[in-house]
Amino acid sequence: MTKPETRNLPRRTEGLRASLQRISAMALRHWYLVAGSWPRVLDMAYWPSVQILLWGFMQSYLATVSGTFAHGVGVLLGAALLWDVFFRSQVGLTITFLEEIWSRNLGHILVSPLRPAEYLASLLVVSAARTLIGLALASTVAALVFHFSILDFGVPLIALFLNLAMFGWTMGLLVAGLVLRYGQGAESLAWALAVGFAPLCAVYYPIATLPGWVQGISRALPPSHVFEGMRALVFEHTLRWDSLAAASALNALYFSAAVVSFFLMLGAARRRGTILSLGE
Amino acid sequence: MRIDVTAPAIEVRQLTKHFGEVHAVEDVSFTVPSGSATALLGGNGAGKTTTIAMILGLVQPTTGSILLFGRDFAVERYRLLPEINFQSPYVDMPRRLTVRENLMVYARLYGLTRPRERIDQLAVDFDFEGLLGRAFGTLSAGQKTRVGLAKALINAPRLLLLDEPTASLDPDTADWVRSYLERYRAETGATLFLASHNMAEVERLCDMVLMMRESRIVDRGPPSELLARYGRENLEEVFLDIARRRGRAETALEPAP
Repeated sequence: MTKPETRNLPRRTEGLRASLQRISAMALRHWYLVAGSWPRVLDMAYWPSVQILLWGFMQSYLATVSGTFAHGVGVLLGAALLWDVFFRSQVGLTITFLEEIWSRNLGHILVSPLRPAEYLASLLVVSAARTLIGLALASTVAALVFHFSILDFGVPLIALFLNLAMFGWTMGLLVAGLVLRYGQGAESLAWALAVGFAPLCAVYYPIATLPGWVQGISRALPPSHVFEGMRALVFEHTLRWDSLAAASALNALYFSAAVVSFFLMLGAARRRGTILSLGE
Repeated sequence: MRIDVTAPAIEVRQLTKHFGEVHAVEDVSFTVPSGSATALLGGNGAGKTTTIAMILGLVQPTTGSILLFGRDFAVERYRLLPEINFQSPYVDMPRRLTVRENLMVYARLYGLTRPRERIDQLAVDFDFEGLLGRAFGTLSAGQKTRVGLAKALINAPRLLLLDEPTASLDPDTADWVRSYLERYRAETGATLFLASHNMAEVERLCDMVLMMRESRIVDRGPPSELLARYGRENLEEVFLDIARRRGRAETALEPAP
């Protein structure tokens, strides 16, 4: 028998490399899951593509009856594609989190050396990957069927994408925190929350279209500014820096609050002992 | 991080956990020497799982402290976790991932530099080489337990917490697992801390027993001492005495250490 001090321990990485390895481990876990499940792959492609077909045909019809839509080629398609960025980011993050609950695996994860900030980073990475895959497929449908390329937005597309993804992650973290705190009764919010925001975010119409008191709420939401900026790009071919700045500032505020909220809810779950019972 | 192997592996002081009106664990204190094997016994609802969950950090104590290898777990949690692992029927692994994929994820979470090598070694040790490509969800209960144990050993932990380690295993496999745990402890100097309802298992594996009843530790000692103290032939009879408050246990409630 080998003595304790001479045991052959598996070698481990340390420091930043170990941290990145833990984040990539969680990303790998979801890659394995998606790669081995065709319904999950289909889910990433199906809904964005259906959305694009719906709004693409609507755009085509409206272009024949309205000068505005004829002038602003792709305004509806662009809005549909970008809205999906927000929706997919939020749902992607929440589903990635819920997969651990559904598989009753969260206990293993939280007892491993994975730190909460690393777990958070892995959720963002996986959500971003899911969103980009969905966006790429939907954009391809838009390009092939309606000859609309989202890349025509140019470099500002990156800012639009990041702002929408960030607000999606904010909402996703809120839902994940609520599930930790209140249990799986809160998981239906994963799909409902983003949809509930749609009328307020001025996705397909200007903020000015909304009733006066709703406009204040709309202006407090980052996506409203993103979509105002997108319409300016389409109709006026100008980049609205004020819209981008407003969206970024609001996102910084909300995202920080959501991160704090997630950590507080995790602490509350530890105090209430709900981690072991989640998924049962 | 260098672990002080001379310090107790676990030192729990006045640990209490209340869930509202429910007092799950009440003023529990004990020390588990490094390299030892200790069992936490008690009936259903006695507070064993909550105690283990607090040691693992899944549940936050209401009051009290937990020191692992002489370090405060509440303060140095992420420096200590690479040295710990656990297996429990209360948690599962992703069912759609294969056994190899599951173990690969955990090997990377624990920062192993050669994960494939370690997985292959554990697959040989636990005799599931033929299951590496199978989805975890398709395994039998016994096969899942073996894979769960392999996951618990993936980082060669210095402190291994086990909740019902041989539940759902047939007698032959259960005996084999006990032998493996005995060998692992002897070869590595690791500390075992387990909750079990299998008294024969506890007598074989453990050199210290903590008896819980109604959220408190009511007795403790090496198995041989407990047998002598209660005048019984085996731990099962001692367990029943304590659970049913018979004989010595009728009035026994140990004073706080």
